Amino acid sequence: MLGFSPVRAMALAPSQKVVVVTFGGGARDEETFAPEGQENIPNLMKTLVPQSTFFGQVVNQGILGHYVATASLATGVYETFDNFAAVKPDHPTVFEYFRRGLNRPAGDTWVVAPSNGFNGIGTSNVKGYGQGAGVILPKQLLRTALPLEGDAKYSHLLLDNYEDPYYVPPLAGNEFHLKQLDQVLRLSVTDFMSHAMTLSSADELSVYIAKQLMRQLAPSLLWITLHDMDIAHSGAYSLYVEGIQRSDRLCAEIWSTIQSEPEYAGKTTMFVLPDFGRDSDYDAGGNGFQHHRTGDALSRTTWMMALGPGIREGLMVDRPVTSLDLVPTIGAKLGFATPLVKGNRLVEVL
Amino acid sequence: MQPAELQARDFNSYPPAARKLIVGHLDLVKQLPMVFVALLLREVSGYDWRFPAERRVIDAQFAYLGKLAPARRAELLRSFAEIELPRDVSSIDWVKHTQKFLDGLTKTLWATHQIDAFTAAATRYTAEWNKAEPEPEPEMPRLSIVVYGAGLHYAGYPLFKKLRPHGVFVPKVAGTDGWPEILKAVQARAAKQPTPYKHWYIDGGSADPAAGKSLSTTSYDGMTEVREDVLKKIHEIIASGHGGPEQLRTAMAEITPRELSFGSNAHDEVMHHFEVNVQTEGSGTQIFSTTFAMWSAREALRRAQPYTTLVRYAPRQRELPMNEMLSSKSKSAGVDPQGSVMDADIGAFYVWVDQQRLTGAAQSSFLAWSEEHKEAVMVGPGLPRGTVAGSNLSVKQMLMQLS
Repeated sequence: MLGFSPVRAMALAPSQKVVVVTFGGGARDEETFAPEGQENIPNLMKTLVPQSTFFGQVVNQGILGHYVATASLATGVYETFDNFAAVKPDHPTVFEYFRRGLNRPAGDTWVVAPSNGFNGIGTSNVKGYGQGAGVILPKQLLRTALPLEGDAKYSHLLLDNYEDPYYVPPLAGNEFHLKQLDQVLRLSVTDFMSHAMTLSSADELSVYIAKQLMRQLAPSLLWITLHDMDIAHSGAYSLYVEGIQRSDRLCAEIWSTIQSEPEYAGKTTMFVLPDFGRDSDYDAGGNGFQHHRTGDALSRTTWMMALGPGIREGLMVDRPVTSLDLVPTIGAKLGFATPLVKGNRLVEVL
Repeated sequence: MQPAELQARDFNSYPPAARKLIVGHLDLVKQLPMVFVALLLREVSGYDWRFPAERRVIDAQFAYLGKLAPARRAELLRSFAEIELPRDVSSIDWVKHTQKFLDGLTKTLWATHQIDAFTAAATRYTAEWNKAEPEPEPEMPRLSIVVYGAGLHYAGYPLFKKLRPHGVFVPKVAGTDGWPEILKAVQARAAKQPTPYKHWYIDGGSADPAAGKSLSTTSYDGMTEVREDVLKKIHEIIASGHGGPEQLRTAMAEITPRELSFGSNAHDEVMHHFEVNVQTEGSGTQIFSTTFAMWSAREALRRAQPYTTLVRYAPRQRELPMNEMLSSKSKSAGVDPQGSVMDADIGAFYVWVDQQRLTGAAQSSFLAWSEEHKEAVMVGPGLPRGTVAGSNLSVKQMLMQLS
């Protein structure tokens, strides 16, 4: 299906690697980098920001739905498809650019994502492309691994997404199957389930899978989307803040893994960014932290940090950049062309 | 269909008051852009069950639009007329299936980057007609009270962080009769100005019967049957195989209160509709009692524009972590006292923000009080901002300062 051999992608690998961590649940400044929010992100503040070049104004002018916005991040073009449809992007993805530009095998780029809708994010519909990333949906794996009665019993845990909690898009035939856990990740279903039972959330499961990928395949381009904080849609502020705090801890954990894994240490750039923000408390058209429906400045503006070898530490970039700038920047960093993107390279990190 | 083609019979399926209203203004409606008419119809179609404040807004819009010279009206609404819609949206019967059309419109506005222009046009229109037809001042200064009720406790959590800069923080609230004093105060206000739907009591648990009948009351526990009916309908829609998010949203919007059990407001169709809307349009109101309280308060303030708003938060159910859910060790989720405090704290702030959006904001007062923490914050005219009370105050004393 994915056309790769389950071995480490070693031969002809680029000298550098990139790990992208996105939050597929918008986070506002006031719960993160504004003074009153910094207590929620101690790891980002104390460990990652000092090592990073930090972009304080990343503007997203696209559709503020998590799948379509994350797909836009991955294509460098504002995608316009239905956010709740499990479809492929209409423009080439960074994964396709990467594989085509550097002639890389399928196993060298992966996406770990939260919901069924993301199943199509690895590869676009564009003619002449089509060789993209493998996509792993850990919650879908967990759903498959659970006994039949599990669906109802664990329905809340397996909630596909928080934007529309009652809808699960059907998978479109590109999914990573349970049996591949063993073939690709060297992980038995029993071990997978045992480990899942020690974790407190779906994002922790995603990071666990990402770490397995890093150890077993060491992909050069790895994309992880976290989404626990999107529980904000349920209206429980405490759970939204808890999701932010967990994401903060997981980002530090991913960075720590990068530093400790020989395949990654010293040659990996990590980008961390939310896909967008959430509504302002003061916009009469919205519902504050709960949603991202107004399209106001707060919901469209977020931040990004880049850290790794060659990145200037402690640099704060005040100029506005866009969320479309990520793909051309990764392309420049790893040395492949991204001809159809609409964004620009971020010179501050090149 | 274009508005110019509308005829009275097109509105035969509308409830009586809504039909009478729209047919009475048909000549005007025929001259308006289609998108604008659809937006107007969403409000008008529920006219029979709208609160008096909402009816006044709808009436005032017709009055305002009717008074405008045609050229001026066309200029003000031009941005709505210029919105380009794909055929699959423009062909929707926007008179009968208004919500479906508006869902398609929303999707189009985002996908074609017209959302910002639309927002600007809507903001300009609202500002213009508000200037021409200003909202009336309240008949008495508004007062909102938010109570973090029994069971909400989070040791060490700094309450009222967002509210303290606007008023007086009271670190030690004296006495044990706070709740009865609050009920007495809101009942007195309702008796003094007994205008329907202007004095509200929203409870995240069970409504206290001592609140009496003079308040517009809704509660999480009182909505149990309605909530279960809504969830059942959601599952039916999903099981039908036609449960995509837009279809689901449309179906939810088209649920009528007659299809559902009656909650505690069976005698009052307007309140019953309000409660159903909270369940069908609110996100998370069916799951967490704190979200129910927050959303109900926001909707009550936005729609009914109350003079008095009393909201009492109760503990919400706990969100089970993944490992507990998988291990099946927990038989029931239990409650989350700490998370409920945080939820109530942002909910209190939103009540204050929403009250400040209404007329008479400069004279409006606000009190948030945690029963278990014995702390409070008061905001009101004449009270200093960003200060701390130097002595213990009882709830009664605080209410007197705010009256």
